[in-house]
Amino acid sequence: MPSLTHHTLPNGLTVLLKEAHSAPVISWWLAYRVGSRNEPTGKTGISHWVEHMMFKGTERFPMGMLDREIDRAGGQWNAFTSMDATKYFETLPADKIAIAMQAEADRMVNAQFDPDETESERTVIISERQGAENQPTFWLQEGVRGSAFRVHGYHHEIIGDETDLRTMTRADLYEHYRAHYCPANAAAIAVGAFDTGEMLAEIERLYGSIPATGAPELFARQEPAQTGERRIVVERPGKTAFLEVCFRAPAATHEDWMTLNVLDAVLSGSSGASDNKTSRLYQALVKTEIAAGVGAWLRPTIDPYLYSILVTLREGRTPAEAEAVLLGEIERLKADGISEEELNRARKQSKAAFAYNTESVTEQAFWLAQSFILGDVNWFDNYAERLMGVTADNVLDAARTYLVSRQRVVGVLRPVEAEEEQTQA
Amino acid sequence: MSKSQASIPHSGNIEQAELPNGIKILVYENPAVQSVNVMGSLHGGSIYEASEQSGLASIVAGASMTGTGNRDFDAIHGALEDIGAALNFSGHKHKVGFSGKALAEDLSTLVDVANDVLRNPVFPAEHVERLRGERLTWLQYSQFDTRYRASKAMREALYPEDHPYHYGTYGNEESIAGISVDDLRAFHSRQYGPAGMILVIVGAVKSDEALALVGDAFGDWRQESPSAAQCVDAPAAQAAGGRRTVFVPGKTQSDISMGIIGPSRKADDFLAAQLANSVLGVFGMMGRIGKSVREEKGLAYYAYSSVGGGHGPEPWSVSAGVNPENVDLAIESILAEIERLSTELATEGDLADNQSYFTGRMPLRLESNEGIASNIHSMESYGLGLDYLLNYEEMIGRITREDLLAAAQTYLSAEDMTIAVAGPE
Repeated sequence: MPSLTHHTLPNGLTVLLKEAHSAPVISWWLAYRVGSRNEPTGKTGISHWVEHMMFKGTERFPMGMLDREIDRAGGQWNAFTSMDATKYFETLPADKIAIAMQAEADRMVNAQFDPDETESERTVIISERQGAENQPTFWLQEGVRGSAFRVHGYHHEIIGDETDLRTMTRADLYEHYRAHYCPANAAAIAVGAFDTGEMLAEIERLYGSIPATGAPELFARQEPAQTGERRIVVERPGKTAFLEVCFRAPAATHEDWMTLNVLDAVLSGSSGASDNKTSRLYQALVKTEIAAGVGAWLRPTIDPYLYSILVTLREGRTPAEAEAVLLGEIERLKADGISEEELNRARKQSKAAFAYNTESVTEQAFWLAQSFILGDVNWFDNYAERLMGVTADNVLDAARTYLVSRQRVVGVLRPVEAEEEQTQA
Repeated sequence: MSKSQASIPHSGNIEQAELPNGIKILVYENPAVQSVNVMGSLHGGSIYEASEQSGLASIVAGASMTGTGNRDFDAIHGALEDIGAALNFSGHKHKVGFSGKALAEDLSTLVDVANDVLRNPVFPAEHVERLRGERLTWLQYSQFDTRYRASKAMREALYPEDHPYHYGTYGNEESIAGISVDDLRAFHSRQYGPAGMILVIVGAVKSDEALALVGDAFGDWRQESPSAAQCVDAPAAQAAGGRRTVFVPGKTQSDISMGIIGPSRKADDFLAAQLANSVLGVFGMMGRIGKSVREEKGLAYYAYSSVGGGHGPEPWSVSAGVNPENVDLAIESILAEIERLSTELATEGDLADNQSYFTGRMPLRLESNEGIASNIHSMESYGLGLDYLLNYEEMIGRITREDLLAAAQTYLSAEDMTIAVAGPE
C-alpha cells in the first residue's frame, strides 16, 4: 500500500494524501467533525439539512453549476451525514479534479443558504423522512436508539424528528454551518493519480487563506451508565415481525472494539467480505427456520454506541423464541469462547474484506476520512494488523464484559392487522 | 492508441476462448488489485418458466447453493467463507447471473465451487422448503413496501398477463407455494448448460492460467438437449396508459411509478434513448424531472427516470416518492417534462452536457474489478463486440439532437404513460 502523507495547514486543516496510480482518477473528500451526535433537542436533523444546503450554491458556483460541471467531466459527487460526521466527496478523472478542490474550498465558507431554497428544502427533507418511515424497520431502529440513549446525541435519527424539521429556521441552519464548517474542524483527503508534492501545494493555495477560527466546541453529552435491560415494542401495519437485540459497544478507538469485531464475525459473519451462512446465528436462527434472515452491525463510532443484531422472523415464529435462541448462542459464546478455526476464518475474511474495500480510490478515501473522524488517521490502515492481534481469549473476555443483560436493549417490531387493502384501477 | 485507451478493456487486451461445449470465457488482467472477480450468466431466467410457476427460475438460482452431489450446504458455504470469498446467483428475466469474488490466490477454489453448484445441484428438500419460507416472508414484507407495490402495479398494467414481463422474477405467494423440488430439477436440467454460457474473470491473475483453470473445470460439461435462447417481443397491443392506485395502510409517503415500453439494449437507438433519458431524469440532480419536482417545487426527495434496456422490451420508467398531498402535482410536472422531451429538440447545451457525461464517466466505470467485469460481460452478452468501449466515445459523439427527439418520440408519450401510485388513503 502506498504511504499516507499527513499534514496540517497553519489554519488547522488536516490534509491526508495517498497516491494510487492504478486508474486515472482522483477521489477528493472534505470531512467535517459534526454529525447528529452534536445536535441538541429542538435541532435534530440540522447537520443533515445543512449538508443538503451545501448543494444550493455559492456566489462563485451557483446552484446547479457543479451538478453540471461534475457530470460533464464524468465524475460523481455526493455527501453523507452520519452520527459523527458530515462528508463530501467528488471522484473525477485526474485531470478534472481542480473544480472539486475549488468548490469545496469555496463552500466551506461561502454557502448562501438562500431563504427560499431553505424552505423548498424543508419539504424535500420531510419527504426523505417520510420515505424512510414507510419502512417498518425505521420505526424499530428509531425506537431502539431512543431507548438506548437518553442523554447522548446518538438517541435520535440522523434525519431528525419531524417536529424539529418543521420548526428550525434558516438562521438556525446558517449558525450551525458557520460554527462547524471551518479548517480546524475538517480534513481534506485525496486518494488517486496525483503527485503528492503538487497536490499539497495546490491545497495550500486553495485552502491556506481560509481564516483560522479555531476548532468549535462541539455539543456532546455523555450517556450515563445503563443499569438494567431496556425493552421496547413498536407496532406497525404489516405481517413481518422483527427482533433487534443490542448491547453497548465501546468507541472505535477503544482496544476492545476490534475484539468485538472478531466476535461479530464469528457470531453473525458480518465481515463485509463473505456471506454469513456458516456463522453461529445463521445456523441457529435461519437454518432452523425460525428466521428468514439475521444480520448484525458494529459501527465504528467516536463515542460508545451499540452492537446490534436484527432478526427477521418467519411467519408463525415469534420474537420471543428467536430471542431465546439468540441469547442461548451468546451464553454459549460466553461459556466456551471461540475456536482457533473460527478465529483464523475471521482473520482470512478480514484480509479479503480489506482487499475488496480498497479496490477503488473512492473507497480508500472514504476510510481515510472515517479514520480522521475517529481521531486516528491510521485507524483503517492498521485495521488488519490490529485484527490479527486479537486472540481467542480476548474474544472470550469481551463476550463476558459486553454481552451482558444490564447493557442490553431489546426491541420488537410487532406487526398489526392492516385495514382491508384496496386497489383501484 | 492513446494512453487512456490502452487501459480500456478491448479485443486486444481481453483474452478470450470458447470451449468446445460452447462456454465463452473472457479474462482481463488487473494487477493493481489483490482480488479477483468472476461474473457470468446462462439462459436460465424467468422467461423460461410458466406463469403459474412464477419465481421458479429465481428459486433455482438461489437453491443451487444449498447442496450438490459433492458438497452439502455447510460444505459449499464453508469452502467460500473460510477464505473470505463470496458467490451469489440471481435470477433475472432472461438469464441467471452469478458473481463471485475472492483473493486472487483463491481463484481455484472459487471456480471449483462455481462449477460444482452450476452443474451438480441436488436441491435438498429441507433447504428448498427453507428457501420457500424465506421467499414468502420477503413477499409478505414487500406487500407493505410502497415502492415495490407501485412498481409492481405499473408493471402488471403495462404488460398483459400473457406476456412474461407481467410477472416479477421473485414470483408471488401462490406460485411460490406450488413449486416442487421436481420442478426445480426439471428447470435446471432444461436450462442450465454450457451452450450460451458466458464467464468473465477480472483481477490479479494471469490470463493463460485463468483460461486453463476454467477450461479444466468446465470443459467436460455436456447437456443432453439444450434449449435454445428465446427472444421476447413487445406486447401486441400497447397498454392504454391510465392510473392505478394501491392503498397501503400505515404509510406517510406515496410512491409513484410510471412506465412505457422502451428499447432493448440491442436496439439501434438504445444509446440515443439513454442520452434522452439522461436529459429527462438523470443528468445533474436527476435531470429535468429532478429540477422541476425536487429543486423548483420541493415535492420529493427522489424523482428520476431510467431506461431498462436488457434483452427485451423493458420499460422506460420514472419513479418518485412524494407526500400524498403532492401526488397529482408531481405527476403533472413529470408528464410535462416527458411531453417537452418528446416534442422539442433538446438544446445544444443539453446534448453536449450529456455526451460529455457519458464519455467522461468511463474511467470511473472501469475503476474496480466488478466494474470491468460487468462491462466485459455486457459487451459479450448483448453482442456489442469487444471493441465497444473503445469506440464508445465516437458513437456517443455521433448522436444528434434529432436522434434524441426521435428516440423520445418512438418510445415516450405523456398521455400513454402507465401510472401507478402506492401509498396511504
